[in-house]
Amino acid sequence: MKTLLGALLISAAMGNPVLAETIRWARMADALSLDPHATNQGITAGFLHHVYETLVDTDAEGNLVPRLATEWMVKDTSPDTWVFKLRPDVTFHDGAAFTAEDVVFSINRARSEGSLMRSLHGAVVDVVAVDDLTVEVKMAAPSPIYPRNLTNTFMMDLTWAEANNVVKVQDFTAGEDNYAVRNTNGTGPYVLTSREPEVRSMLTLNEKHWAETSPGITDIEYLTIADPATRTAALLSGEVDLILDMPVQDIERISAADGVKVVTGPENRVIYFSYRIGQYLHNEGAGEMSPFTDLKVREAVDLAVDRDAIRQIIMRGQSIPTDVVAPPFVNGWTEEIATYSKPDVERAKALLAEAGYPDGFSITLDTPNNRYVNDEAISQAVVGMLARVGIRVSLQSRPMAQHSQYFQSGESDFFLMGWGVPTFDSAYTFSGLMHTRTDTAGLYNPVGYSNPELDAMIDGIETEMDIEKRNAMIAEAWAIIEVDRPVLAIHTQSLAYGMRENVNVAIHPGDMPRMYQATID
Amino acid sequence: MLIFVLRRLIQSVFVMLAVSLLAFVLFQFAGDPIEAMVGQDATMADRAALRDRLGLDDPVVFQFARFIGNAVQGEFGLSYRLQQPVLGLIMQRLPATVELAVTSTIIALVLGTALGVLTALKNRSWITGIIMAVSLVGISLPTFLIGIGLIYVFAVELHWLPSFGRGQVVELGGWSTGFLTSSGLRSLILPSFTLALFQTALLMRLIRAEMLEVLRQDYIRFARARGLSERVINFRHALKNTLVPVITVAGLMLGSIIAFSVVTESVFQWPGVGSLFIASVQAVDVPVMSVYLMFIALLFVTINFVVDILYFIVDPRLRADSQKRA
Repeated sequence: MKTLLGALLISAAMGNPVLAETIRWARMADALSLDPHATNQGITAGFLHHVYETLVDTDAEGNLVPRLATEWMVKDTSPDTWVFKLRPDVTFHDGAAFTAEDVVFSINRARSEGSLMRSLHGAVVDVVAVDDLTVEVKMAAPSPIYPRNLTNTFMMDLTWAEANNVVKVQDFTAGEDNYAVRNTNGTGPYVLTSREPEVRSMLTLNEKHWAETSPGITDIEYLTIADPATRTAALLSGEVDLILDMPVQDIERISAADGVKVVTGPENRVIYFSYRIGQYLHNEGAGEMSPFTDLKVREAVDLAVDRDAIRQIIMRGQSIPTDVVAPPFVNGWTEEIATYSKPDVERAKALLAEAGYPDGFSITLDTPNNRYVNDEAISQAVVGMLARVGIRVSLQSRPMAQHSQYFQSGESDFFLMGWGVPTFDSAYTFSGLMHTRTDTAGLYNPVGYSNPELDAMIDGIETEMDIEKRNAMIAEAWAIIEVDRPVLAIHTQSLAYGMRENVNVAIHPGDMPRMYQATID
Repeated sequence: MLIFVLRRLIQSVFVMLAVSLLAFVLFQFAGDPIEAMVGQDATMADRAALRDRLGLDDPVVFQFARFIGNAVQGEFGLSYRLQQPVLGLIMQRLPATVELAVTSTIIALVLGTALGVLTALKNRSWITGIIMAVSLVGISLPTFLIGIGLIYVFAVELHWLPSFGRGQVVELGGWSTGFLTSSGLRSLILPSFTLALFQTALLMRLIRAEMLEVLRQDYIRFARARGLSERVINFRHALKNTLVPVITVAGLMLGSIIAFSVVTESVFQWPGVGSLFIASVQAVDVPVMSVYLMFIALLFVTINFVVDILYFIVDPRLRADSQKRA
């Protein structure tokens, strides 16, 4: 039966009438806006990847792969310029040809004031169309991983944008929403045919798409079901074919049910704890030194935490314990640096005593309670684990919107966070988490960690174009971090997709599965 | 009369202003809207620029004054989360909530009255015992548990009814209705019963108590003595007199069903204003939250206003009072 269906699929791909195959796909939220540059949010990009396309893309293993660009390289004569060769014979849904002019327009739009993804293109100085199929992007300084920043920057048609007055991104202070918020004109494999925001969107195959093989799935019904229990129920009752954003406690239930299955894989997100290094800034003890300033205390905390227990009991096996804030598919990750210490309560107590805290100390731990998989439960477990070595932790739990505001302002001295690495390169973690906080770096380092030697290394990595040299520097930076322990990594989160037995959808590390690569047996 | 109406109107405006000021002060503790809008990699400078453009650094009083100033001109701003005009978003979602609320209210009224009368008339029957026990469950179980329970029984196990959404809708001059399609009606059953359960139980207990009270009155005994049929006594004389408090409660019931459909809407993914509000709270979408709260305040103020006017018409003493003073 399978071979017969396979043969049918192949014949469909060869130009015979395509079998209509619809997938009903439910997520916890809808795309916020259809304007490809107005947001910088995973669920929105995951939806838009079906309608719009990017120059380059990330595959299931985290590799950079061609999409609308067939090749990209650093310009021979100038190390701070990237050259992109475009795919020929690509058209937008309205029939207009895709050319270098559209790329120039799209990148400029994405880095314009008002675009919420402009920080990805902060280093861009100029974008030039050399000919119809070649684009040069001039950077302020050599930027070895810039193409990685383009994996969610979608290409729009300049003529369409001008005709519909959407050359600029939505202005929040304006009274009206612009045309691109509700309408699309991409080059992608599907065309949006109807949409009720936060209810359902209907997509159908783009017959004129450039890819040689046509997708097995011809129609997508994209549904929003916010409540996880209802989403699971909808899969079990057969009303949908695929659900994302599954809570870990539903995995067993769905695995046990007939006709449905669960596929899991690592997500591009590491759960970690940050602690105040240096003086307390706020709260009662302002001005006093935080106990975490002493490296021995940081080591003691590391030895007190039992990552395997967190994996087994709280995550029900759905996580990969680690010692670094980088998932396995990130450039610079090695098994060695990811190896975490086994819990050792006696040694932890001894270290605390050596550091001058024989009776431990008291601290408040801040945790989000609605953002990451079992975030609050992980924090509760850590409170218990630290109590065993004498550290008395009181837990403060908040929704993410309040939590992030609280720790960003530097008021928290110990908090849980989750970190994704969208560039799939260690430099992203370095400059976001480990660099001393400045206007442009260390945004997620509000706890005062600062190591000038590491900062210099990070700044060097940002502009080093020689790949081998750069990778050596990354390894060296990780070595410094291994010693300093500026954060306490716990685990890489897993993704779980629930689907009907005959549906095959691969886990995408960025949680943006592609229906054009999926099949239905 | 005119003075009375005017006075009530002015009071209503002050209530609205007070509600929205309170809401604005509370929003300061809801979290940072910027965090939900920008990605992980937005720089400090970008965040500050966005904060500035949205005017989030201004004092609360300024922000409030700006909101009221715009609202008076019919400008309610754009949603931070969905980047669409707030008023349009709420209007788009309103039909779903109103249809759910009206259906639930009708179910609650019909079922509540019928069961109330039945349990009062058959006071010592075993049926009454069962109904009273079930109604206790309806009052004490949280709505989301009832909703999830119904979904598992009727959608997952029996496959009779859909577990989420509103089914196919028909556009009738800007009003999307689910009443005209079979999938729309089927989708309405579970959420409307979930939402109606509490009100039904409440109404039933109210009517039962009132009815038992009335049935003990002298005029009912006299009616029996006159040889009137049980039917006429129960429905023409007894029920009519129990309905006075019921009418008062029913108006407020519709209001609270609309306002508190939030939980039911999110359990059943019902695309109404309640689920819009929940999503907005999570993203700290201040423009949507403030307009939603204003809308709910307006709803209750209007209901109370109408009720007050009705009292004025019904109760002659109020009229005499105001004339004396005038």
